[in-house]
Amino acid sequence: MNPFRYTRVTTPKAAIAAVIQEGGTYFLAGGTNLIDLVKREVILPEKLVDITKLPLATIEKTATGIRIGALAKNSAVADHALVQKQFPLLAMALNAGASAQLRNMATVGGNMMQRTRCSYFYDPSMPCNKRSPVQSGPDKGQPNGPAGCGAIGGFNRMHAIFGGSGKCIAVHPSDMCVALAALDARVNVAGPKGERTIPFTDFHRLPGDRPQNDNTLLPGELILSVDLPTNAFAEHSHYLKVRDRASYAFALVSVGVGLKMNENTIQEARLAMGGVAHKPWRLTEVEQFLQGQPATEVTFRQAATLAMKGAKGYGENDFKLTLAPNALIDALKTATKTA
Amino acid sequence: MADEETSGGEIENPGSSRRTFLKQSTALAALAVTPPAGITALGNGFPEKAAAYELLPLQVEINGTVQKLSIEPRVTLLDLLREQLGLTGTKKGCDHGQCGACTVHLDGQRINACLTLALTTEGSQVTTIEGLTKGDTLHPMQEAFIKHDGLQCGYCTPGQIMSAVACIREGHADSPDEVREYMSGNICRCGAYANIVNAIMDVKQGGAKV
Repeated sequence: MNPFRYTRVTTPKAAIAAVIQEGGTYFLAGGTNLIDLVKREVILPEKLVDITKLPLATIEKTATGIRIGALAKNSAVADHALVQKQFPLLAMALNAGASAQLRNMATVGGNMMQRTRCSYFYDPSMPCNKRSPVQSGPDKGQPNGPAGCGAIGGFNRMHAIFGGSGKCIAVHPSDMCVALAALDARVNVAGPKGERTIPFTDFHRLPGDRPQNDNTLLPGELILSVDLPTNAFAEHSHYLKVRDRASYAFALVSVGVGLKMNENTIQEARLAMGGVAHKPWRLTEVEQFLQGQPATEVTFRQAATLAMKGAKGYGENDFKLTLAPNALIDALKTATKTA
Repeated sequence: MADEETSGGEIENPGSSRRTFLKQSTALAALAVTPPAGITALGNGFPEKAAAYELLPLQVEINGTVQKLSIEPRVTLLDLLREQLGLTGTKKGCDHGQCGACTVHLDGQRINACLTLALTTEGSQVTTIEGLTKGDTLHPMQEAFIKHDGLQCGYCTPGQIMSAVACIREGHADSPDEVREYMSGNICRCGAYANIVNAIMDVKQGGAKV
């Protein structure tokens, strides 16, 4: 690893002050992605601000649901009784991600901040607009390697079928974020100008002309916690992850489903997909279609067709155009217990 | 703000700067091209080269012994254990959090030491494979790996054993399928998986205290 400086902070205020003080400074939490990226010289930090000692790891019941501190470990969230009882979709998604060791290290905030696993992004000798943006603008960091997109016209088996741009077709790798997007989570952040709350589906963004920006955080903003509203989906929840091996692999396609059922009728639905876009891919139009529909294979097939509207393959990932709707149908069958 | 953080850049090594580093490294480069005497000199000079970087204090308990250290920010827990403390039981496999050979326990939780910056372990307790053994008595999981032949080359074994002990302590060893899922972060290129699962199930079912 290249040398960098290190600061340990004990309050969010100090963390924010330390990170805006100079360019090339990053918050360090679990480190499961950041340290890997530093080792591979994808990120060349001047300074790391260790936030692991901040008091932000609490998981607590609130008047409207549950609040999960940004530094709560993935394993602590997945094993928490409240989460398992009220938000089993979140527990399932978390346990589908990474390994037991990494889940003991990775935090909720860090999981949201993880970078794409696109192999072009990970190799500084390869072209990548996300790693080496052409436009500088307000974004921190210097170009690192050639600009361009190696994945478009290259090896793109893992890449997006929704919402890609001519500059980037990378996908967000998180499982947890798929569940949080489906469950209407809200993200509480603090920055130099105070605190604000971001709806989870607005937290990550599509690549457009600025693939270097994975999310809508402003410079210096720190994630404090994630709020989940109480829901009626616990009994009919499912997270389906399709991957190259049975465990410990990133999703080719994943589906998060939460349903409120009245006997055989779907009263309310929440749906999101992973491994298909630059952000967790919430399917609000499909949710509206499912409302009031009977839980039958015909319904699920119609839902899948609707879900795939606008999907586009890039060659090696064309199989996702078939895999994604099939996974959605399968997840709906499991969640409705009609499999 | 200053009282809220431990900013180390200025407090350690007031005498070392980029300039002194460049001087030192130039001298080292000159020595390096004049073997064989240069090799010895380079070896001896390495601590000085390392000292040119920022060194920060770290206090961490490793296998029951409190260590007071002074280390560079970029040192991982894995490199600290192996290179500075001589605890080479913890292995470096991929060094990227993918293989699990570096698995140790941090405050009782299994983690990948290769992706853990040592400085983030300040005030914590670390247990490595060396700390699992009580004197000459092997841990029941070590005995089980021997009994079930849960290894071939043995390189992944310390990580497998640390992970296996945690797997049982977490309550994730109730069936062979659950063991396979919760041990998926430990790769064995020899493919001793079947015997590893048998070893873990044996310890779990035997009810030995892990």
